[in-house]
Amino acid sequence: MKSLGSFRRKFAPWNDPEAKPFIAIENVTKKFADFTAVDDLSLNIYNREFFALLGASGCGKSTLLRMLAGFEEPTAGRILLDGQDMRGIPPYKRPVNMMFQSYALFPHMTVEANIAFGLKQDGMNKADIDTRVAEMIKLVKLERFVKRKPHQLSGGQRQRVALARAVAKRPKVLLLDEPLGALDKKLREETQFELMDLQMKLGLTFVVVTHDQEEAMTMADRIAVMDKGKVMQVATPAEVYEAPNSKFVADFIGNVNMFEGMTENVANGKIEIAVAPDNMLIRTDATKTCSVGQPVGFAIRPEKIRISRKQPADATFNSAYGEMWDIAYFGDMTVFHVKLDSGRIIKAASLNAMRTVEDPFGYDDKVWINFDTDAGIVLTA
Amino acid sequence: MNTTWSRFNIASLVVGFAFLYLPIVLLVIYSFNESRLVTVWAGFSVKWYVSLFHNQSFIDAAWVTIRVGLFSATVATILGTLGALAMTRYTRFRGRLLFSAMIYAPLVMPEVITGLSMLLLFVAVGMDRGIWTITLAHITFSMCFVAVVVQSRLVTFDRSLEEAAMDLGATPVTTFFKVTLPVILPAVVSGWMLAFTLSLDDLVISSFTSGPGATTLPMRIYSQVRLGVTPEINAACTILIAIVTVGVIIASIANKQREVQRARDEQAAARN
Repeated sequence: MKSLGSFRRKFAPWNDPEAKPFIAIENVTKKFADFTAVDDLSLNIYNREFFALLGASGCGKSTLLRMLAGFEEPTAGRILLDGQDMRGIPPYKRPVNMMFQSYALFPHMTVEANIAFGLKQDGMNKADIDTRVAEMIKLVKLERFVKRKPHQLSGGQRQRVALARAVAKRPKVLLLDEPLGALDKKLREETQFELMDLQMKLGLTFVVVTHDQEEAMTMADRIAVMDKGKVMQVATPAEVYEAPNSKFVADFIGNVNMFEGMTENVANGKIEIAVAPDNMLIRTDATKTCSVGQPVGFAIRPEKIRISRKQPADATFNSAYGEMWDIAYFGDMTVFHVKLDSGRIIKAASLNAMRTVEDPFGYDDKVWINFDTDAGIVLTA
Repeated sequence: MNTTWSRFNIASLVVGFAFLYLPIVLLVIYSFNESRLVTVWAGFSVKWYVSLFHNQSFIDAAWVTIRVGLFSATVATILGTLGALAMTRYTRFRGRLLFSAMIYAPLVMPEVITGLSMLLLFVAVGMDRGIWTITLAHITFSMCFVAVVVQSRLVTFDRSLEEAAMDLGATPVTTFFKVTLPVILPAVVSGWMLAFTLSLDDLVISSFTSGPGATTLPMRIYSQVRLGVTPEINAACTILIAIVTVGVIIASIANKQREVQRARDEQAAARN
């Protein structure tokens, strides 16, 4: 069997101009009195995609999900699901199901009855319901707990019941509101992979809302980074991380060192940026078209910065001198905080590939930092 | 924590309980009195209980009371629950404060005023007074109590349960009967029991709104007492007390067991 990854790499309907979006969100605005929760937002989500809405609390991601489920109606704009306009269609008539953050399991029903609830509403006959419920219970490995009520289950088991209940009806789209938010870290990591596996097996479209960027990066085919009711960037996890389109996204996803400077030289596919406060010259591949004398930002991830005791061969650009200010050891990697002479702290991460290191960096060591011309990204927004 | 019993604590306990229960204990003791005189003990006997069950006017009154209680408690529970739902669900409509104040007002309204106003209403619309007017009056004052009890449960009700039901294809009506009602049922049942109890022991409002042929047990007892307290009345009251006490004990034991079971279940769930 092929691993998920090999399939995932080939799965990219968003790059296909012929592909029709499964969920089309067109210029949707949602206002609550004076507060605009979702602001003229447009988004296409494709069939069988694992799509993540990522943002801090209050960015409008949950409101968007609730509009997909039918609990809220857009103030303006429209939502098409498989070509059908969803306006005015109540939640109980939509071919989507939702997994709630609180799980919202019916406390007076057993695991079995919870999973069967949606099927009963469809008027399915008893035998088919039993078969489907048994199938779902097997899928989420809850065979031992069918007769239990929600309060007799652990957090992880409740989460699986909620999931089984939500997918039992084979919805076209499964909406997940912070699906792993209530689990502890270890369980969360396991469950991430279970969710991805389930999505592949059932061939459903998943839309997940999360504030946890690691969760979004691990699970999703594409991520929409949201802020103040708007989508800042929609891209694959790798693109969002390596090629953020704005300072906001660069800063929101992962750790980043952000420099503000002025372009000095634009030629031969290279851009030179003068960072005045740090007296630094950055030479980088031109990832953006810029003119000379334009104020720009430059973002570089900590793991792309090298630290050395020796001065780099050419210290005229992409390098700076400072002292070791802080060392945070994480086991798999170490993050160094280097304080430049200008007072700025640079974060540099290095993988601990060896168990022991000869002459490791210590506090107050004088060190050089430097990075390659393709290590960072120029940001104009 | 200091668990020693100081003299002061014991004294206040004794005085407090004596204050609460001495009259009731006396009443119960004298219901078993052989003598016709209420204040003279002449030996143990259950003859007043026997004579009570042969007293047709008492039996009739008890029957009226029970019918009024069952019917008014049921209707009051339905109306009170609907009121509580409206109060918790539509939190931002114009005049909500006035509306909620109007639900609470009858709780503190003097019964005499409620009774009198009901009487005036029944007279104005030309309704013959009897068992139905008592029932209507009881519904009116007890539904507020139900609304308060149910509302306190609804405040902590997780709305996402209803959303989940609708998301799974249940219409709002199905959602109410399959999800909302079962979850708030304990509060609805306590509301019903409260309304039933209130109806059972109401004297003032019943007196105002009753008519010929419709006498409730409290009214019967009260009118009898005006002619002098007989041990028969003591016996009737003792039976009422016994019913209430047994009811309360059963309810609290059931409640306690449910809690213990739930705590045990949750511990077991956390372990595996």
